[in-house]
Amino acid sequence: MEEILKVTNLTTYFYTQGGIVQAVRGVDFNLKKGEALGIVGESGCGKTVTGLSIMRLISYPPGRIVDGQIEFNKVNLIQLRENNIALIRGDKISMIFQDPMSSLNPVLTIGNQLMEPLIIHKNCTTSQARKRAIELLELVRIRSGSNMLARYPHEFSGGMRQRVMIAMAISCEPEILIADEPTTSLDVTVQAQILDLLKDIKRKINTSIILITHNLAVVAGLCDRVLVFYAGKIVEEALIEDLYAKPLHPYTIGLFKAVPRLDVEKEKKLQTIHGLPPDLISPPKGCAFHPRCDYSMEICAIKEPPYFNFKEFRRVACWLYYGKRDFNS
Amino acid sequence: MEINPKLFEPLERKEETTSKVLPSLNYWQDAWIRLKKSKLAIAGLIIIIFIGIFSFLGPVFLKSKYFETSLYNAYKSPTLEHPFGTDELGRDVLVRVMYGGRISLAVGFAASLVNLLIGVVYGGLSGYLGGKVDEIMMRIVDILYSLPVLLIVILLMVVLGPGLVNIFIALGISYWTGMARIVRGQILSLKEQEFTLAARMIGATKSQILFRHLIPNTIGPIIVTATFQIPNAIFFESFLSFIGLGVSAPMASWGVLASDGIRAIRAYPYLIFFPAIFICLTMLSFNFLGDGLRDALDPRLRR
Repeated sequence: MEEILKVTNLTTYFYTQGGIVQAVRGVDFNLKKGEALGIVGESGCGKTVTGLSIMRLISYPPGRIVDGQIEFNKVNLIQLRENNIALIRGDKISMIFQDPMSSLNPVLTIGNQLMEPLIIHKNCTTSQARKRAIELLELVRIRSGSNMLARYPHEFSGGMRQRVMIAMAISCEPEILIADEPTTSLDVTVQAQILDLLKDIKRKINTSIILITHNLAVVAGLCDRVLVFYAGKIVEEALIEDLYAKPLHPYTIGLFKAVPRLDVEKEKKLQTIHGLPPDLISPPKGCAFHPRCDYSMEICAIKEPPYFNFKEFRRVACWLYYGKRDFNS
Repeated sequence: MEINPKLFEPLERKEETTSKVLPSLNYWQDAWIRLKKSKLAIAGLIIIIFIGIFSFLGPVFLKSKYFETSLYNAYKSPTLEHPFGTDELGRDVLVRVMYGGRISLAVGFAASLVNLLIGVVYGGLSGYLGGKVDEIMMRIVDILYSLPVLLIVILLMVVLGPGLVNIFIALGISYWTGMARIVRGQILSLKEQEFTLAARMIGATKSQILFRHLIPNTIGPIIVTATFQIPNAIFFESFLSFIGLGVSAPMASWGVLASDGIRAIRAYPYLIFFPAIFICLTMLSFNFLGDGLRDALDPRLRR
């Protein structure tokens, strides 16, 4: 499969009054055509900022991409000018935001908002765009489409709004769809529908998906490959089966332990990762996870671990694997 | 009803009933329907239209001219021939009130037009671009705001001589600053909202975001400010004419008529009564209409 996105050493900082927040600290990964890549990690670990950086939606001030490359079909997005990146946004790469309640403009009709990307990017006439908008609503399973176009966002439920957001994002059949916690604010049944929908779309228009979430189950349901983020860095990368079979990084292990399970006894307390997420204005020296890690060693506090690669798409940044040939030992 | 085994047969599947289709209306049809629900706003609208027709078409049907003096007829109480009476030079007050309405309404609409054109765009740009641009644009507004309008009018009068043009220029210079500030404040908070990010996400350009996404969201405050400034401007013109800086004789605005009338208030109270009634009615109507429009134009208030 061909690679359509290659991110190298992406570094995004926010310049605030309290200091420089190092939200993303050198992230590299790639994405292949038709692949679904999951990004997991706790709140504030740089998942969303990574997504926004790819879209070049970090606004300055306070945010700025200070280093790195984002190559989309061999074009470095970081060097593009604002009006050129606007041509890519919504057409080639689009994004679904976390909060469907506030991501739609309250004073424009659903139809107007759905038609806008088509009119901007595909030079559609209003009637063509209207026709396409009805098709899109059907694709995201909102019934009696034409009537819905004249409605306003407040007349829709949360799940419907999220589906409208998805319809907007896929309207131009993008090559990459970044879904930033698309199911967070929805209830479980709607979550399942949205995930089904994403799978469906991935199959129908062969879009690559980057799914940003903190829900491991959601990742398992949709993604082929996972990146685990911690404190603005990738700490582990693995194919989904491999990650579930054996998480390597102590942080990932902790995440899995913190998922409530049906097959263990009820009395047992749920394990958590103790401590607090690190302050990204002055991240800990060495490995950012060492203050919270159960296995921390002297070296963890002194030197940042490099990546230890075991096979393609299997790497981990942890000193525990120093000198090991394969991760089972 | 009796329970019998027949009732427990499986229900025959009927044709799927299509959900009831609401007629789809465009934005303005929808706003009109909601505006019609507010009785006060409709009353205001009707009165404004009536005053407009009265002022602009009324003089056609009257024999008397606003400049025609007739000293025999000075200070006549309202009669059939002169329904609003005559003033100290025997001029028909009715026709003068009509001409006064033309000027007052023109001033009011000019002020709100300037408001909408300059104020909204200026405030919108300032708020949306932010940073240094915002800083500079707002300091210009501060400077204009700090100049007393009266001073501008007096200065203009020195240069151009008294007349209506001065009032228009003075209003043009100063009246949009309030609107610009209000719109800027709204845009500042709106541009941080998710839907602005979403609009950028779909590749909308800056001007598309500002004019299609942000300004429609400020329609409420814009309409309210604009409709409040129409009576304000009318009042301002009346005030200028009252102190002798506005239109000059024989033209008259409602303010001039009121100021003429007040001199004879004890003996001939009808001279101030009629222009004052028209000033009050216009202001009230605009306020009611503005209130109704704000509710009607905001789709979030749709039920």
